[in-house]
Amino acid sequence: MTGANTAINLTVFGVFVLLTLYIVYRASTRNVSASDYYAAGSSFTGTQNGIALSGDFLSAASFLGISGAIAVNGYDGFLYSIGWVVAWLIGLMLIAERLRNTGRFTMGDVMAFRMRQRPVRAAAANATLVISLFYMIAQMAGAGGLMALLLDVHSKVGQAIIIAVVGIVMVLYVLVGGMKGTTWVQIIKAVLLLLTVSLLTIFLIGKFGFDMSAMLDRATQKSPLGEAVLSPGVKYGATDLSKIDFLSLALALVLGTAALPHVLMRFYTVPNAKEARKSVVWATWMMAIFYSCTLVIGFGAMALVGTDKITGAPGGENSAAPLLAFQIGGTVLLGIVCAVAFATILAVVAGLTLTASASFAHDVYANVIKHGEADPRDEVRVARITAVCVGVLAIVGGIAANGQNVAFLVALAFALAASANLPTLLYSLFWKRFNTRGTLWSIYGGLTSCVLLIVFSPAISGSKSSVFPDADFAFFPLSNPGIVSIPLSFLAGFLGTVLGGEPADREKQAEMEVRGLTGIGSGLR
Amino acid sequence: MTKALPSVSRPATPGFATFEEPRHSLLIAGDGEPDFGAIQTSEDFRALKRRVTRFILPATLLFLAWYVAFVLLSAYAAGFMSTPLFGTVNVGLTMGFLQFVTTIIITMAYARYSKRKLDPQVEKVRALAETDEELA
Repeated sequence: MTGANTAINLTVFGVFVLLTLYIVYRASTRNVSASDYYAAGSSFTGTQNGIALSGDFLSAASFLGISGAIAVNGYDGFLYSIGWVVAWLIGLMLIAERLRNTGRFTMGDVMAFRMRQRPVRAAAANATLVISLFYMIAQMAGAGGLMALLLDVHSKVGQAIIIAVVGIVMVLYVLVGGMKGTTWVQIIKAVLLLLTVSLLTIFLIGKFGFDMSAMLDRATQKSPLGEAVLSPGVKYGATDLSKIDFLSLALALVLGTAALPHVLMRFYTVPNAKEARKSVVWATWMMAIFYSCTLVIGFGAMALVGTDKITGAPGGENSAAPLLAFQIGGTVLLGIVCAVAFATILAVVAGLTLTASASFAHDVYANVIKHGEADPRDEVRVARITAVCVGVLAIVGGIAANGQNVAFLVALAFALAASANLPTLLYSLFWKRFNTRGTLWSIYGGLTSCVLLIVFSPAISGSKSSVFPDADFAFFPLSNPGIVSIPLSFLAGFLGTVLGGEPADREKQAEMEVRGLTGIGSGLR
Repeated sequence: MTKALPSVSRPATPGFATFEEPRHSLLIAGDGEPDFGAIQTSEDFRALKRRVTRFILPATLLFLAWYVAFVLLSAYAAGFMSTPLFGTVNVGLTMGFLQFVTTIIITMAYARYSKRKLDPQVEKVRALAETDEELA
């Protein structure tokens, strides 16, 4: 990859950024009220939001991380895709419609609906901020790896500058566009991404004579692992412990998706529960198609590029898809694929920034500090300031985590969401007796246990691929904590409720249940 | 407590609850707000809940069991999962792909069930509190 290609890559990328910024600017002529800024005035249709939902969810982890994980580990990389598709059923059947009917802007609206407002909102905001930050750091690390490949930047300083630039652009999207602008970026990006992966897939299938078997055959010849890449166990099959790690990851993936704050917040951009349901149906279709394609792209990269070349490239595993594009379509296709991957990162990070800032401004500032009587203009101003702060934190974190597999980092965010949010959401929607104390116990129990286990896991220290490879304080053996922290959070919520505290507010519970299922009292139609 | 969710604002002084009114108006409390407690125990709402549960409970258990089975087989029955089915395509890859297929099937089934069985029932329950919605 030479200088000339860099110019093409940068041009394609620059055009995308300018174009989307223009659209964001046009889409957001009025962003005055809190509802406009957080939920785009609930004006999107189910179809639009479904596409945006998949845009929000199909992150760099999905595109670069998964195709890379499949290209290197074969079967074991495939698990991510399956978990992420199946997980949407939880969102569809248990969460989406009830959330739309009971809340307004944030996850805290639902969790605090029938509880004491201030402590629960503060807890929900804490969970949102921690999860969003983890997720964002993963995306920023992906941006670093991608740019390393795209611009042939090998120095850590150069990559750090790139990460900073990505961070600044995404904060711009959020400040200028609010939810409406961000949603349009998601829609454009989702369409581009899906088109790109579909075309790549069709090309690959055609190249191997529409014979999946022939492609896999070729892939096994090009992989140092041989036939083993098609079977489970390459990455996680070595010991009993690594098998438990595999189960833990699988659990976090399937339970975390529908509890990610930025996914939950998307349901507020549609006018009612029916449209929320339609969003998930659309999103599920797009996911299923997308992840089927990444399977082909992953094995295609293994067959055509070869595992050794991928792991040796700058950006490592994450560079499988771009390398494949270069192999089959030269610099132009590489430029397009990289630009799409970049757009993906920008859009997802923008969505995350918006969620984090909304949670702070709406839950903490307006409801905890101002007791629910903040001027909406002030609230939006606070949200904008928070967006900038969150952006800075993400840039710093992204630089620190540069070089890690993005899908793996994102899986940690899923474990956090599955531990802190899912038990709390399910209990408050489906368990009558659940009370304020149970809510706080399950949010904080899940969040702290999960964060602590990550800190003391091999992901942070003690192995070659950790964030601090030279130190060793990893006394928790699993790299994904889900299998411990998720049940722990369910248990904490149960115990906190059963062991006392004030009894659940009957009237509010009735209101929440009726409103959740029917929308009565929500003002939605 | 409701300040955070001001979609319908409660009047500062509640009105008078009158007990002489006909039965359906029990679903609207004296202050013109929907009486959620009464709606919750109404036959129409309980029927709605039963219909919801009848679908989502078995469907959720089914897809979770199928997913967990796939994960457990991958972890502990690698030999079985790598049995070739079509050329080099083995049982594990096929089962993984089938997870996508079943997800789509359940999604479409739920969308269809909601449209036919849930939405009409939601309308029925909403009709109970209709006058209130107009007041609000």
